[in-house]
Formats: sequence, C-alpha cells, structure tokens
Amino acid sequence: MTSVLEAQALGRKYGKRWALRECTIDIPVGHVVGLVGPNGAGKTTLLKLACGQLEPSAGGVTVLGGRPGDTPAQLAKVGFVAQDTPVYAGLTIAEHLRLGARLNPRWDEAMARERIAQLGLAPAQRAGKLSGGQRAQLALTLGLAKRPELLILDEPVASLDPLARREFLQGLTEAAVAHKLSVLLSSHLVSDLERICDYVIVLADSRVQMAGKVDQIMAGHHRLTGPRRDPDRLPADQHVISASHTERQSTYVVRTDTPIHDPAWTVTQLSLEDLVLAYMDKRTADNRRAALEVQR
Amino acid sequence: MIWLTWRQFRGSATMMAAVLVVLAAALALTGPNLASDYAAGIAGCTPDNTCLDFFDRFFGEYDIPFLALTLVVLILPALVGLFWGAPLITRELEAGTHLLVWNQSITRGRWLAVKLGLTGLAAMAAAGVCGLAVTWWSDPLDKSAVPEMAQMAPVVFGARGIAPMGYAAFAFVLGVTVGMLVRRTLPAMALTLAVFAAIQLAMPLLVRPHLMPPVPGTFELGRENMDGLGAPGGGSLQIFLRTSAVPGHAGAWVLSSKLVDPSGRTISSGDGSSGPSSTIVRAVPVSTTSGPCSLQGLPAEGCTAEINRLGYRQQATYQPLERFWPFQWIETGIYALLTLGLAWFSFWWLRRRLS
Repeated sequence: MTSVLEAQALGRKYGKRWALRECTIDIPVGHVVGLVGPNGAGKTTLLKLACGQLEPSAGGVTVLGGRPGDTPAQLAKVGFVAQDTPVYAGLTIAEHLRLGARLNPRWDEAMARERIAQLGLAPAQRAGKLSGGQRAQLALTLGLAKRPELLILDEPVASLDPLARREFLQGLTEAAVAHKLSVLLSSHLVSDLERICDYVIVLADSRVQMAGKVDQIMAGHHRLTGPRRDPDRLPADQHVISASHTERQSTYVVRTDTPIHDPAWTVTQLSLEDLVLAYMDKRTADNRRAALEVQR
Repeated sequence: MIWLTWRQFRGSATMMAAVLVVLAAALALTGPNLASDYAAGIAGCTPDNTCLDFFDRFFGEYDIPFLALTLVVLILPALVGLFWGAPLITRELEAGTHLLVWNQSITRGRWLAVKLGLTGLAAMAAAGVCGLAVTWWSDPLDKSAVPEMAQMAPVVFGARGIAPMGYAAFAFVLGVTVGMLVRRTLPAMALTLAVFAAIQLAMPLLVRPHLMPPVPGTFELGRENMDGLGAPGGGSLQIFLRTSAVPGHAGAWVLSSKLVDPSGRTISSGDGSSGPSSTIVRAVPVSTTSGPCSLQGLPAEGCTAEINRLGYRQQATYQPLERFWPFQWIETGIYALLTLGLAWFSFWWLRRRLS
C-alpha cells in the first residue's frame, strides 16, 4: 500500500450545492500534506470525507486502503483533530487522556503524559479553562497518542496567535518525523503550510486545482517577466496559470516541464504562497470569464 | 466507552439518586404508620358497616401527599426525557465534541449503544424505584380513594406499578431522537416535552380504554353510583348520577355512565341544573309532592327503592380493577415497543444522516 488517500471523482453536496466535486487525488504515504484554499472551498468537506464523518454523494474514497470510518480498525488508523479543536470542557486533561486510553487499542500512554508534561499543563486542570493554544495542543496530543498512521487536522491553528501557531506546528512536525506519520492538514493560510508541508493540494471553488509534491511543483513553475506578449504566442508546453500585463510588459506564471531558454524572459522562482495564490486566482478569473460569456 | 458515559452522566445520576433516596426515606418512614392507621380504621368500621365514611375521612386526610406523590411519578419520565435524553447528543453537537469522540477507535453505533443503554437503564431504574415506592406507600390510600382517584383512574394508573419505567424509557429515547433531529438543546427539550405530553394525554384518552373490551353493565341505583337526589320543584325528581363509579366494582374505571328509563331509553335531560362534581344530573318523572319521593321523604332510602322499583337504571361500561396488572403490562409493552422503534431510528439516523 503506497497511498494514504485515494479519491476517485469524489463529490459531496449539501442540498443542491456541491461542497466538493470531481475530486481525484492520490496522496502517497509519508508526507505532510497541506490542503489549502479559501474559506468555503471544500477543505473541511474533503477532510471529513477522509475520516468518515461524511458519506460521499458521488465517487469514492479510500484511506490507507480502507473505507473511511467504517470499522474500529479503520478508525484506529486515522486520527482527526476537528476545526476549533473541540475538547470536553467539563473533563480534566487527565480524564481526556483516560478517554483516549479507554477508546483506543493502540494508545500510547507514555507519549501522551510526556507531551502534556512538556507543554507544562497540569493534568488536573479542566479542559474548559485552557487557552486556545493549550486546547489545540491537548487535541493534538489525543490525536497523536492514538498512534494513527494518518493524522488529519482541520484548520488546527486558525484561532491561534503566531507564537502558539509556531509551537503547534513544530510539535506536529516533530511527532510526524518521530512516528513516521502521514499528516493531512488544512489551512487557508499558505504561510502556515509552507513551513512544514512537503506535499500540497490547492482547493478552490469545490474543485482540486493542483496537487503534488512541493519541490516538484516549485521546480515546474516559473514567473516570466518580459516585453508584452500574447499568451497564444507562448510555447505549447507552457501552461499559463496567471497573467498580468502593463502597456509594455507581461508577467506570466507558467507550468512547464522543460527549461525556459527564451532570452526575452526574465525567469524568477516563485514562492509557494505566490504559486498557490496564482492557482486560486486562476479559478476565480476563469469563473469571471465564464460569467461574462454567459452575460453576452 | 462505559467509563466515558459514566463520567459524563455521573453528575445528573448522583442528583437523581440523591432525590430518590430522600423520597424513599420519607416514604419508608411514613408508610408503616399509614398502613397501621388504615388497618385500625378498617377494624373499627367493619362491624358497624361504616367503612365508606372511614374511606372518605382517611383519604381526605392524606389527599395532598397522595396527589403530590402521584404527580412526582408522572413528571419524572418527562424530566428524564428533557434533561437526560434531549441533551445527550445535542450537547456534543453544540460543542463539536462529537467530532472528537467519533474519531476514537470505536464506531458511532457502539458509542450510541453504550450511551443509550446505560443512561436508558438508569432512567428506567429511577422511574421504577420511584413508581414502585409510591405504589407501595399509596396502597392504603388506593384502597380508600374516591372513585376519580382509584388505581385505574387515568391520572393514578400512570403513577403506579411498572408503567413509569416504560414511560421513562420512552421519554429518554424520544429526547435523544428529537435531539438528533433538531440538533440544538433548548428547542429539542421544548419539542420533547410537547411530544411526550401529547402522547401521555393521548394514551389514557384514546388508547387505554380499548386495551381490552370494556365490560358493559346495568346497575340499580344506590349510594355507590348516586350522589343524592334533588327536587327543584316543577314536579320532576333529579338524580345525581355518578360518572365514575359502578356498584359492586370498587375501583373500576368507568368509561361511560348514563341513566336509562324503564324501557331502556337513555335519559338525557337534567332540567339544566348541575350537581356535585363527577356527576350528571338527570330528571325523571317521579312525583315529588307525594309518595316516597315527596319533599318530606327526601333523602330517604325509600325514594331510591321507589326509583329502582320503577325501573330506572344506571347503564355503564367500565374496566374493572382486576385488569390493573394486565393493563400495566400491556401499556408498558406498548411503550417498550415505541422505545425500541425510536432507538432503531436513532441508530439509522446516526449512520445515515447525522454528520
């Protein structure tokens, strides 16, 4: 088994609205996967489908070779930290660990205790009294000590301040390395993911726009700046992701597998953030164009 | 999962247990006195045949605690549905913790099964203890109660025997199911209360009378089914016919009671006046100026004998007291079936729709 998550034309709709459609991806094992996209792009839907909280309306998805959320064995293999990192406000930290120990056959008690101690949290404290960052850490501890093969996190740092964000992501990265864990986490901020992800999926407008290993993506995309030129006049193997023009100058973000030798262009490397934004932009630009065509 | 269920439930369980212990202690302390008072009273009234008077006096003395306890047993299942049933799942949905617990290594079905099972059994146990304790304590009062408050009477029946267990189980699962559908605690509680109250009213009004075919009967008039006579003038005699008692079947639940004339026709006019509570007034053409029913004669037994001699009768249908336990079992069975149905639905809904 080499796939952590395999989706075939996966779709889910709420009422008449598709939250996710025609999602076909194949994520190999052993990556920290960032799922990025604007609010309402379908990130949570995809993650909930992956952990079995939601049933697909179309297509299918397998996670670690099994149907999500179907059996205790499948549940044991996949950890899920939901949005806003919910915990039981009335239970203490120690009771949360006990809950984890009771409900998970592969529970790693030593690791859980150690993490809580490292974080400087008092086991007798009620979870309702924790700060947002501490609560997120507790939820992460529950997810990690379950010893899953895949840990899914839905916007885990959305409500955290920058310091807590960094600590959380650091803890996550360390654990992923230590336990050879695959991680799938979502965020609407690329900067969160840039630091820790080596695989990225861009989701916009309910569809997957791009998915791949970060280094391959970075190597395959370029920003071209030079004298003004129409997109039609670019070589056929250069796929335009975004374009902007001034009177005399054109700037393109293109995807290509071949090196760019045209001396007219100044080729610059893109940051992951620029690239992701270009893909999100492309989607909205396509939509705008489609809308205009309909109006005509 | 059992540990988690208990951990989440222990607060309300402890509170309920404390209330029940206090109640049981109070009943255990006062019950024996009540029973010995009753035994002494019966011993005193049997020789001179004044037991009906003793019953009136005895029941009148204790009617307030009697009613209060009955009410407690009737309300308990509703409280269970409201405060244990409805929040069971809405609380998780509102806090988002369902996403935490449903992603541990147990299936949602198992999670619900343990929660429903444990809390449901606790609900049944609480209602059972409460109901049976009150049944035990009220025994002397049930034997001496006025017909409207006898064991078979709609209000009292539901607060005796094993029926409260059935109500509690049903109310609990109803609360859980409504909570799943509504997904918010307060509306779920309100809706649970409304639905449960409607069913608890519909049961004695529409269903319970027909659990077994009612017994029809025609009875002579007498002290047990007639609450006096009246002569308002104008020549006719008024009979205050009880609507909740038939002679010779103490404690029966009377479903219909009417006065028929010698030819068997129902008398439906009453000269527009009203009698004591739980009676209907019926006017019969018997002379009130002369004969046994003249004003001087009232309220003599002679007049009653005269009415009976003329052929006026009470025609009634009723469920006798002997059917108390069969009815308890049947009704509890009906609620058990409803409970199972709702439980099945909640599992189905959890798998299919709730996410």
